[in-house]
Amino acid sequence: MSYNANEKGYYGEFGGAFIPEMLYPNCEELRRNYISVMKEDSFQKEFHQLLKDYVGRPTPLYFAERLSNKYNTKIYLKREDLCHTGAHKVNNTIGQILMAKRLGKNRIIAETGAGQHGVATATVCALMGIQCVVYMGEIDIHRQAPNVARMKMLGAEVRPAKSGSKTLKDATNEAIRDWINNPVDTHYIIGSVVGPHPYPDMVARFQSIISEEIKWQLKEKEGRENPDYVVACVGGGSNAAGAYYHFLDNTDVGIIAVEAAGKGIHSGESAATSALGKVGIIHGSKTLLMQTQDGQITEPYSISAGLDYPGVGPMHAHLFKSGRGEFISITDDEAMQAGLLLSKLEGIIPAIESSHAFAILEERKFNTDDIVVINLSGRGDKDLNTYIDYFKL
Amino acid sequence: MTNRITEKLQQDKKLLSIYFTAGYPELNDTVGIIEGLEKNGVDMIEIGLPFSDPLADGPTIQESSTAALKNGMTTEVLFDQLKDIRKTVSIPLIIMGYFNPMLQYGVKAFCKKCEEIGIDGLIIPDLPVDVYHEEYQAIFEKNGLLNVFLITPQTPDERIQFIDSVSKGFIYMVSSASVTGAKSGFGKEQVEYFERIKSMNLKNPQIVGFGISNSETFGQATKHAKGAIIGSALIKHLNKNGASKLDSFVNTIRQE
Repeated sequence: MSYNANEKGYYGEFGGAFIPEMLYPNCEELRRNYISVMKEDSFQKEFHQLLKDYVGRPTPLYFAERLSNKYNTKIYLKREDLCHTGAHKVNNTIGQILMAKRLGKNRIIAETGAGQHGVATATVCALMGIQCVVYMGEIDIHRQAPNVARMKMLGAEVRPAKSGSKTLKDATNEAIRDWINNPVDTHYIIGSVVGPHPYPDMVARFQSIISEEIKWQLKEKEGRENPDYVVACVGGGSNAAGAYYHFLDNTDVGIIAVEAAGKGIHSGESAATSALGKVGIIHGSKTLLMQTQDGQITEPYSISAGLDYPGVGPMHAHLFKSGRGEFISITDDEAMQAGLLLSKLEGIIPAIESSHAFAILEERKFNTDDIVVINLSGRGDKDLNTYIDYFKL
Repeated sequence: MTNRITEKLQQDKKLLSIYFTAGYPELNDTVGIIEGLEKNGVDMIEIGLPFSDPLADGPTIQESSTAALKNGMTTEVLFDQLKDIRKTVSIPLIIMGYFNPMLQYGVKAFCKKCEEIGIDGLIIPDLPVDVYHEEYQAIFEKNGLLNVFLITPQTPDERIQFIDSVSKGFIYMVSSASVTGAKSGFGKEQVEYFERIKSMNLKNPQIVGFGISNSETFGQATKHAKGAIIGSALIKHLNKNGASKLDSFVNTIRQE
C-alpha cells in the first residue's frame, strides 16, 4: 500500500477535488502542470537556491541531550523554527510562488488563521514583487495584530473575512471565492496539505524537504537514515506531511501525529479531528472533519491558532484510518507545560503548535535506544502573549 | 426519463426559475414561499438546503444560509416541511445544496426521500461531474432525479460535451466567472459566451444563472437560453419584505 496520493489525488478513500465547476479550470491548470514544473531543472535549482540562501536551509537536526536524558530515549529536534519567518510555512510559499510565476500568474491570494502562512506568503510576494491579498477572519485579525502588521509592512493587503464564524475556515472560503472571481491571473497559495487535488500533494512535496534533510542528517549523526519515530503536530498537517514524507512507505519508521485536544476531547472545545471527525467534504477535499450530525462544519478550538482547523489533510485522514499513523491528542495545558519545559531544558521557546508534539513525551514511552525525531515546526515569538497570560510571566 | 423538469423544458416559453434558501427569513416560510412563487407564475423552483460553508455563493446567499441554520433548518426539517408539497404544488422542484450535508444524510437515503416527496432534480455545486458519473448517477436515476451541472465561461468545450452527455435535463450556464450575487448585467463577453454555447447545439437546453436580478437581465439572458435563474435578488427581497409581496417581485421580472 502506498501512503502517497494517486494520480487523481486520493489517499485511500480521502482527497480528490470536490469543487464547484467555477474552480475546475483553475485546479485543472495546476493539476496538469505541477509535477512537470516541479521536475524542471531550472525550477529545482531556483527552489533549492532560495531555500538555502533566503530561508536558511538546511535547518539543523539537533540532538537534544537534556530532553533525551529526562525521557530516557534519544530525541532529535528538526529545527524548522530557524527558517526565515519563524516556521516551516515558508518552504511551501517559496515553492508555490515559483510555481505561480511559471504559470504566468501576477496576483497571489492566500488564507491565514494565526497569520503565519499569511506572513510567509506576503514575504515571498515581496521577494518577487508580486501583488498579494491575504484573507483573514475578522476575529483573527484582532487576535493576531502583530502578524497583521507584518503582512502590511511586507506590502500585502489583508482583507477581513466577515462571513460565517470569521476565522480560518471562513478566510479559506473567501480566498476560494476570490479565486472563482479571478480565474485567469491569480494563483491561490494554500498554506497546508488541504484543499482540492493537487494542493495536498503539491504542498506535501514542497514540505518534503524536511524529511529529505532528516535522512541525510541522521545518517551523518547516527549512521542510519531512518529514525524509529517521527513526531509532528497536525492542524491541517503541512509540517507533519513534510516530516513524514520520505518515511511514509517505510513501515519501520513509526509515524506519530499530535492533534490539539483543546480543553479536552469531549469538552466541546477541541480540535482533535481524528477523534471527533467524520468523513466529509471541506474546502474541496474528502477527509475527516468536525461537523454536526446534519453535515454543517463546526468551529474547532485550540489555544494554538495554527491547530484549530476543523479538518485534516487527506494524507493524515488516510494515515489515521489505515492505522499507519499513531494519533495522540494533547490538551492546552499539557502543551503549555511542554513548551515551558523545552525552554528551560534546551533554551528553545517553541511555537505552541510544536509544543503539542513535545507534550507526548510525558505519556508515550520510548525505548532507551529509540531514535525519535520531533519536528519543531515553529518558534514561540508569536505566542509570547499567550505564554505570558498563561504562566503570569 | 421524463419528469416535471423535462416536461417543463418542452413548453414553448422562456422559463423563470427562482432560488431561495429554505428556512429564511423564518424557519417555516418554506412552503409558503414555494406556493407563492408558483401562484405568481414562476416555472421552476430551486430550494436551497443551507450549508455552513457555501463556497460558490456570495455574501447574500451565505448570510441567508447562516440565518436559516440559526433558525433551525436541517435536512430532516426540510424534508418534513416538504412532505405534503405535492398536494398543492405542481411545478418542478429542485433541491440545491452542497454535498456534505447529503453525504451525512446518506446519498441513497437522500435520493429516496427526494423521490418520495416529489423532488425532480438536484443541483450540487461541489459534486463534480466525473465523481457523479462514476459513483452516484445510478442512485439518482433510480429515484427519478435529474442532476444539473454548471458550466462557466472558462469551462473547456470538451468538458461541456461531457457534461452534456451526462446531463438529462438542462445545463446551468453560469453567466460569468463569479460567485452568486457578485455582478449584475451582461457585457459583450457574456453575450459571446452565450452565443458560443448556443452554437454547440447541445442536447440539453441551457438555463442562465448568476447576475440576473431584474426584467432587463432576465430578458437579455433568455434571448440566448431557454430560461434564467434568479437567486440573490429574491433573497434581498425576502430580507426586506419577509415572505410576502412575492407577486410584486415576480411581476417586475416578468414585465417586458
